[in-house]
Amino acid sequence: MSARDWLLDESPNSRMQANAGRFYRMGLALLRNPLAVLGALIILLLIATAVFAPWIAPESPVGQMLDRRLLPPSSANWMGTDELGRDIFSRVVYGARITLMIVALVAIIAAPLGLIIGAVAGYFGGWVDKLLMGFTDIFLSMPKLILALAFVAALGPGIENAIIAIAITAWPAYARIARAETITFRSSEFISAVKLVGASDARIIGLHVVPLCMSSMIVRVTLDMAGIILTAAGLGFLGLGAQPPLPEWGAMISRGRVFILDQWWVATMPGFAIILVSLGFCFLGDGLRDVLDPKQAGKS
Amino acid sequence: MPIDFRSRDGILRFFRVLTGFVLTIALTFLGLLAITFFIGRVVPIDPVLAVVGDRATQEQYDAMKIAMGLDRPLILQFVSYVGDVVQGDLGRSVSTNRLVAEDLARVFPATLEMATIGIIIGVGLGVPMGVTAAAHQGSWLDQGIRVLALLGYSVPAFWLGLVGLALFYASLGWVSGPGRVDIFYDGVVDPVTGLLLVDSILAGDWEVFRNALSHLVLPAAILGFFSLAYIARMTRSFMLDQLGQEYITTARVKGVSEWRVIWVHAFAPIRVPLITVIGLSYAGLLEGSVMIETVFSWPGIGNYLTVALLNADMNAVLGATLIIGAVFIGINKTSDVLYRVLDPRST
Repeated sequence: MSARDWLLDESPNSRMQANAGRFYRMGLALLRNPLAVLGALIILLLIATAVFAPWIAPESPVGQMLDRRLLPPSSANWMGTDELGRDIFSRVVYGARITLMIVALVAIIAAPLGLIIGAVAGYFGGWVDKLLMGFTDIFLSMPKLILALAFVAALGPGIENAIIAIAITAWPAYARIARAETITFRSSEFISAVKLVGASDARIIGLHVVPLCMSSMIVRVTLDMAGIILTAAGLGFLGLGAQPPLPEWGAMISRGRVFILDQWWVATMPGFAIILVSLGFCFLGDGLRDVLDPKQAGKS
Repeated sequence: MPIDFRSRDGILRFFRVLTGFVLTIALTFLGLLAITFFIGRVVPIDPVLAVVGDRATQEQYDAMKIAMGLDRPLILQFVSYVGDVVQGDLGRSVSTNRLVAEDLARVFPATLEMATIGIIIGVGLGVPMGVTAAAHQGSWLDQGIRVLALLGYSVPAFWLGLVGLALFYASLGWVSGPGRVDIFYDGVVDPVTGLLLVDSILAGDWEVFRNALSHLVLPAAILGFFSLAYIARMTRSFMLDQLGQEYITTARVKGVSEWRVIWVHAFAPIRVPLITVIGLSYAGLLEGSVMIETVFSWPGIGNYLTVALLNADMNAVLGATLIIGAVFIGINKTSDVLYRVLDPRST
């Protein structure tokens, strides 16, 4: 029996085989979507760039060389140099690390928080549900960017505070999704069965409810990544996110703003990096939704 | 079930729905106030110290703290904060030395004007694009619109603004640069509504109108592009839902022209959900204008907010947050209600 047959077996012998087969089928479905493949490649490129930044970047991201300020793109400096003579390409490469760190941390903080709140609300129902969802709805109807701005203003500028502020504004959407998912199987037989065996509420939520919410959460988080990147870059642009000399893409655009009319490359180049990465997450998110959430497939 | 105003039950039900709605809005506004109050409290700047200065003795400090009401329990402070806001008292701005409420009333029309032109562009282009994409599902046209819409989710607004300025203002000279109007025309027409386009028409001053329009068109178009992306995506999704239904097949079998099938039969039922989408993106534009206004030095609420942020002028920051939040919530909830009123199935 070939590996492919084992993966596609209609009656798997173990849980591992079933899971492996499921992932294999999902991978196949994803590969059939060219835009999703493109998106996945872009994300892989981002991760590779972040990991291997010192080897990819020809120069240090902070090394100043004042005798070659604001040089246009050339074979030596692919994206030109900025007002302190730093190689913009090297800075964009190192900026991948900051962007990856921001999206990863926001996802790690906001997604589990929303997941727990939504799962608890959906599982218990009644006044717990009303209370938690009322709270969620209030946060959900606030303008996210403005709220993040106000939080950063209060906490003080800086990349850590920017991450916290974005995470604070990102969780309500996840809570809504997790609750909607939980409600669909709250009263199904397998939950009653686990309850009958004597499992505690915490165990049911942690081991049986949360895993079933995962796929729609992954889709939503991937689709939200572009927005998170844009918000973080916007905070950086306003001088509230990453502080100099960190090569954060939004902050780099902000520095290049003064030179936009004569030295266009200083502000434009980091922008292309932001667009590429955000588009990558959008493409992958769209493809993942088609695979993981067939109800929504083919729409929007 | 539609509300039947002829029966007593129907009227009672209407009032029940109405009370529920008013209650939700009130709670959401209270939540917004709680958040701005909380943000105001966690600020590391000591508000008492800011008033008395760091040379004050402990007695002076304590006296000012009591005078400012900061020694009372948090909940009482919150109640008086809500009371102040309801009376329109948002405090005084440190940087402009004027009342925040007055400042906001002055800058708000500029934002409203830009967002309104933006949403007109977004709806005018986004809806036809979404319908076209759905009608030609899977074609290159559909893919092109899809990529254009996804670009709307991936391009930083401030970057597009800068590139637009460099291209259309500096290189091509098609539009005017940053600001709302050339300095030469500043203050020429009396502010009646605060909307410069409307005011210049009222004054009959076409020169100012043309100048203001040439300043407005680029930022409004960029803002409109972002709402276009969302509106086109949602329109396409709604249209696909309709085009898959059996009544569309029936209409086609009966020989109704394709144009009529799409724009009359399929489009009619999506008008109601589209209102919600348009409402949401209008509210989103008021928020999105923060970045655009900063790039274009547009004297609106977004620019006011970012300037206040950089000066750590917390009264102004919280006031602007409160106003944008309130308008945002207001538009959100209104489109929600409109949806319920117009779609009898949802009540």
